Formats: sequence, structure tokens, C-alpha cells
Amino acid sequence: MQMPKPDSHVLSRKDLIVARLKEVLPEDAVISDEAETRAYECDALTAYKCPPLAAVLPSSTQEVSAVLKICHELGVPVVPRGSGTSLAGGALPTADCVLLGVARMNDVIETDYDNRFIRVQTGRTNLSVTGAVEEDGFFYAPDPSSQLACAIAGNIAMNSGGAHCLKYGVTTNNLMGVTIVQMDGTVMEIGGKHLDAGGYDLLGLICGSEGQLGVVTEATLRILPKPEGARPVLMGFDSNEVAGACVADIIKAGVLPVAIEFMDRPCIEATEAFAKAGYPMCEALLIIEVEGSAAEIDEQLGLILQIARRHNPVELREAKDADEAGRIWLGRKSAFGAMGQINDYMCLDGTIPVSELPYVLRRIGEMSKEYGLDVANVFHAGDGNMHPLILFDANKEGDLELCEAFGADILRLCVEVGGCLTGEHGVGIEKRDLMVDQFASADLEAQMAVKDVFDPAWLLNPAKVFPLAVSESRRSVALAAE
Amino acid sequence: MRPETEAELADMISAAKGPVCVQGGGTRGVNLNGDVIETGGLSGITLYEPGSLTLVAQAGTLLAEVEAALDAEGQRLAFEPMDHRGLMGKSGEPTLGGVVAGNVSGPRRVSVGACRDFMLGVRFVDGTGTVVKNGGRVMKNVTGYDLVKLLTGSWGTLGVLTEVSLKVLPKPESAACILIDGLSDADAVAAMAKALGSPFEVTGAAHIPVGLDGTPVTMLRIEGFAGSVDYRAGQVAALFAGQEVRVERNPDAVTKGWAWVRDVVPFHGADGDVWRVSCTPSDGADLAAKIGAEAHLFDWGGGLIWARVAAGTDVRSRLGAFDGHATLVRGTGQPKFQPEPAAVAALSKGLRAKYDPKGILNAGLMG
Repeated sequence: MQMPKPDSHVLSRKDLIVARLKEVLPEDAVISDEAETRAYECDALTAYKCPPLAAVLPSSTQEVSAVLKICHELGVPVVPRGSGTSLAGGALPTADCVLLGVARMNDVIETDYDNRFIRVQTGRTNLSVTGAVEEDGFFYAPDPSSQLACAIAGNIAMNSGGAHCLKYGVTTNNLMGVTIVQMDGTVMEIGGKHLDAGGYDLLGLICGSEGQLGVVTEATLRILPKPEGARPVLMGFDSNEVAGACVADIIKAGVLPVAIEFMDRPCIEATEAFAKAGYPMCEALLIIEVEGSAAEIDEQLGLILQIARRHNPVELREAKDADEAGRIWLGRKSAFGAMGQINDYMCLDGTIPVSELPYVLRRIGEMSKEYGLDVANVFHAGDGNMHPLILFDANKEGDLELCEAFGADILRLCVEVGGCLTGEHGVGIEKRDLMVDQFASADLEAQMAVKDVFDPAWLLNPAKVFPLAVSESRRSVALAAE
Repeated sequence: MRPETEAELADMISAAKGPVCVQGGGTRGVNLNGDVIETGGLSGITLYEPGSLTLVAQAGTLLAEVEAALDAEGQRLAFEPMDHRGLMGKSGEPTLGGVVAGNVSGPRRVSVGACRDFMLGVRFVDGTGTVVKNGGRVMKNVTGYDLVKLLTGSWGTLGVLTEVSLKVLPKPESAACILIDGLSDADAVAAMAKALGSPFEVTGAAHIPVGLDGTPVTMLRIEGFAGSVDYRAGQVAALFAGQEVRVERNPDAVTKGWAWVRDVVPFHGADGDVWRVSCTPSDGADLAAKIGAEAHLFDWGGGLIWARVAAGTDVRSRLGAFDGHATLVRGTGQPKFQPEPAAVAALSKGLRAKYDPKGILNAGLMG
């Protein structure tokens, strides 16, 4: 993966930059020692590593503003970082950057049940947002699978989703307002405790902009009353087509489950070997969860099971109690861990129209044979967000490159059938160069024009999202101006 | 001008020397100087997959056509777009593009989200005549910046929409409306907060200080499968035990009642300016008192105030500083949209300069 050549002018002024940062931050919030900056050399896309010039850990919006002002003045690129769980390299540093971590900013600022929001500093982890309100019967809906570790800052940057977004939407649908610091240090409030934008929907634009438009330091998040209960049902089918048709029929019948998870045979086999959840060995397995009171759950599951039976399932398993519900979810929740036990793997994130599911799975199977690499599929079936896991051996010469090429082909396939490169992980560096497969140059120009407005010098997270060749003229003009 | 294709539209805009006024059905009260570009020629549903909850249509497609197609499959636009015709005194047929351009939503916004939350993709022609696409037709998509949100609610000032894709939802088989009589504005806002904060999935919460019989009525809506609606309507009614509570289960009455709120029917035909104030719900009652309107009502649990005032009333100065914004929906003499703080206004202006460098698209409408 190519990264831009570090700016030698910046590298040569490291001492000055660090000294200036120390003027506005406590001693322990500026990390410049080479051994210590290594802690920030990568995120969860561990194949790529590069220690930053320095890392800073501000504790307040004011400190973030002071840092950005200095970096802006000195022309230093800044890479923002939440918890570093990005699978797309969204927080990968460059050698000439100041890495700005928001981890120390994790307070709850305000909780308001009458107006159903919580305001937090964005270093707070996703799960601990729910943790702050669940005793009072509320929760924060977006639930990316890294929710124990991932920060709200990163969720906003990548517009994170999760297993339950069919009903509750993704981050952008649950974000009411932010405090954002622009690259020049200007602090702005966008949105708030009200429901809609008074002018352009800048909040919608900021969410999912991968830390390229500003650093979000505080967020007002919508919280929801916890449903009375939830219950999953598991069903197995002897073909992907039938499982796909069953999902479509359920949705057409007017049931809106909170989650519809899909696993294919390779995935079932791997998780079964690892987690022993007692899944049936079949071609396709669905886990469908519905919510409500006990009677409401019965009503919805009754309809779902009736539809499922029409598709001749090889297995239908209802959860009678919490323990059985836990067992139904166990395999799905262990899927990634199970894969990690078998091998190194790359997790993809393309989305496809649900109707294309059987075709896409068949094509992935064929490509798997061509590339000689195994692939297992877990899938948010209700919304078409695929997570093919390609297995490879990182110690084997050329295997990573082969795996990346296979992954790129799968993502191109997603685009070809009317889908997209990434459903919830973000573009980062990982899918940067594939953007030209999804977007025409005018489409990319329109997006880059937004960055021109928010960050004219292209200093924030500059080498992400857009292919380097496409963004080069902008980045080099900005460099020359400085 | 009435382009029949996206390419024709692009040519017209690229050739335009002066301001153009973008118009769908012309029902939402945007009347600006300049050559009118009607989008009605860009019409038709391009793709509708009920099993994927996805609809793609050209922007000039009549809303009625879209709603009929969805209805045939037992689905709907869940954000419940308002029909502005009665309020604005307009005739004509609303278009899907007009709904999206105005981010037009209704009472269900409080639970399921606004039009922008259901938008999956757009194609548009910017102010230079360049065709741009963003998003797509899938529900989860974080590929690149979300220009879909930017264009939704931009009222034609950043580009002319040519095609939009939306997430649609099943139409529930049943609905109920819980009615509480006689509450003051402040008590009603508190009651709505209580209901919306319950786990019973309230999909509408409105308060009408002067109802059909001249007394206040607070409305709470429950939707879903029949058994579930029975159960939840009972639970919500029980939250207000000891008060004057009724449960309306007649489907036509429920539909009509919420259309009445959605379209602000009580203001139809009455004189004066109409303002729409978006605020923190619990501030609703106080803010309404500050406005001192001739008539007002609350939607979104208090987070949306509709106010009818004497023509020319400066509602923004009456409100002072608050969390939210006020839009002049009907009336003249003041900016339609709330002026933004300087740093935000600079960004909005910067975006307009990029997308419409000639400054011709619905010029001046959004600052």
C-alpha cells in the first residue's frame, strides 16, 4: 500500500513542533519518543504500520483546538484516532503527522431522558455509552462488533453500523449534534438537541467523513428506551438461494426484525469447530431476532416461522429462555475469533442489493477456487452488508498480496451488482484505490470539493479515502502554499 | 424549461447565464426570480424491490405515483412526508424530488427519522451542469463522503436532483391513537416525553392546544401488528391512569387525525405567517409562550412547534437564543431559514461556491 512521501520540511522541524505542542498540552500528553510513538503505528489493519512524528492526547476541546491551530500554522498533517480499531486503516499514521488521540476524552457530559439523548466526549467507547444509561432502561443503538473497544469518535468518522441497523439505523441516524474542531482550530457546534438541520445537513456530511473534515470532540447521541425483551430464532437451509428467498419473504410480509444474520457453510464449520454452539451443518444458516413484549415476540416469531416452513428448512430452532438465546448467538458472535484460530484472515465489508445474494455468493465461491484461498461468509442479510472473511497465511510469501487482490475482486463484484465497496468499515487506506471502480471522476471531485471547503490545506488525515493519484494535485498545491 | 432527460437538464444548466428556479410540483412555496426549470419530465420509478425495501425513482416522479406503487406491496415512505398544499394555498402535484430537496418529513420523524434518514442515493446536476452521483441503492454504505445527506434538504441550491433512491418500510397492519384531554402545553410536553421514553414504540406525539372541540388534546400513536398494538396502546394509556384518556382504534380516524397534524390543517385558510420551530422537545412549551402566536401546535413530542402569527412578526427575535432554529414556511420579509453562526455560514457559503459557482440555483434561498 503506497503512502505519500513524508514532507521532509516537517520531519526536519520535529523538535520545534514538539516544543510548540508542549506549550499547550501537559507534559504527559505529548509523545515524541520513537519507542513510545510505536504504540500508535497502526490500527486494526495491522498489515500496515508507520509510527507518527508525534502523538498527542488532549483532554478537552480547547486542547484539541490549540493542537490543531499549531499544526495548521506549521503545515503539519494530523491523523485523528479514536480507539484504533479501524479495519480499513482509517487511523494509520504517516511519518510526518501528529497523531491526535481522543482516548482521554471519555466523560459523559449530560444525560437527558426527557429528550432522549446523551452527550459524551468522543473518546468514550461505544458500549460504555449504553453502559451509562442502561440502568435507567435506555440504550444506544449502533453496535459495531468492536463495541467494547471502539470509540464514538471513530464511529462518527466511519458512520459505523452493527448487527441491529435494519431497525435502528447506523451512526448517522442516531447522531444529533457534535462539537467539531476545524483544522485551523475553530470550534463549531453542529446540530444539537433538536431533530433536524436548520440549513445544510452538515452533521450528515461530517458523519462518515473519516476524520478528514475536522476533529469531533463531543457528540449528542440519541438514546432509545430498551425494548421489553428480544428473542432469536435459528434456521438452516440447504441452499443460499432458499435462505435469501426466505429473508425477502419475511421482509415482504411486513415483519421488521432487529437483526437478520446469515452464515454460509465454511463459516458454520469454522465456528462450530471453535465455539461448539451446536449449529446444524447446512449450506446457509439464518439467525433472526425480534423485539417486544413476550406476546409481541410470539406474534412476530409465529409469522416468521410460518414463512420459514414454506422454504423447507433443515432446521428450525426457537429459544425458549435466555440460555438458549445465548447459544443461538454464540456461534455468530465467535465467528471472527474462530477464523482467527484457523488462520490469518482479511475481513471485507461490501454491501450488495439483498436480491443479488445468491449470485454473489456463487461468484465468491468460484473466485475462491481461482485464487486458491478459502473464504467464509457472515452477512447482515437484512441490509445486504457482506463480511466475506478471506483466509491467508501472513508468513507465506505473496499470500497477503494474493488475498488483497481477491478482496479487491470481491468488492468490484459488489459494485458491479449495484452495491458498494464498504458498508460500515470505511474506505481508509484499504479501499482508497478502489474508489475509481465505484465513482466517476466527477463524483470524486464533488466529494473532494467538500474537503477543500473544510480543510483547504488538506492536512487532516490526508492520504485516506481518495486514491493518491486523484488527490495528489490538491495535496501538492496545499504543500506548496505552505 | 422542462428537460426530459438528465443530459438535457445538464445542458440547460451549463448554458444558463442567470438565476434558475428549480421546481418539482411547485407545492412547497419556493418562488424565486429566474427561469423556471421544471423537473416533471424526469419521471418514473426506475427500480422497486419490496424484498430489499428499496425504491429508486427519477426526481420528477409524482409522490402519488410512488405512494401508490408502495401501497400495492403493503409498504410506505415511513417518514410520512407532509403535504404543503393546504398550508401554502397551492395546487399542483408534489414530486418525490421536492420531498427530498426539502427533507420533508412528518410526525413519524420523532421515531423512525426524517427523509434524510431514508435516503440511500442521489444523482444530481450541479450548478456547472456536471452530473454527480453519490450513495447508491443499498442500506449500508459508507463509501466516500455522504453527499446524499448534503443534497437532501438543500432545496435545490447545490444541485438539481435527477434520481433518488430510498429505503421504504412495511406498512403496519394496525394503528391506534391514544388521546389525552385537557393538558396544558407544559403538561402535554411532559406527557409526550413519558410516552416516547417508554418501551412501547410510540410513532407520533403531538399536542393541539385548541382541538376540534375547542379544548386541548394530546395525541400518541402506536402502530404494528394488531395484537401488539392492542397491548402497547393499553400500556401507554395506563401510563396516564387517572387522566382523561381515550384510545381510538378506528383506522380511518387514526389516519385522518395524523394527516391533520402532519399537514397542519388547523392553519389552512387562516391569515398570517406560518413558522416552523425545531427545538429541544422539553423547551417547546416555553418557546411557544415566547412566540405568543395566534395559534400553535406541537409535533415531535414538543420538538416541533408550528406557529401562526400576524404577517411580518419577527419570531426569531421573540425566541432569542435557543437550541434549534426557526423557518419561515409561509410569509415574506424575513430570511426563510435561520441565519447561521459565522463559522457555519462560511462553510455553507463555501459549499455553495463549489457546487454552484455561478450562483444561479435557487439563488439566495439558503443564504
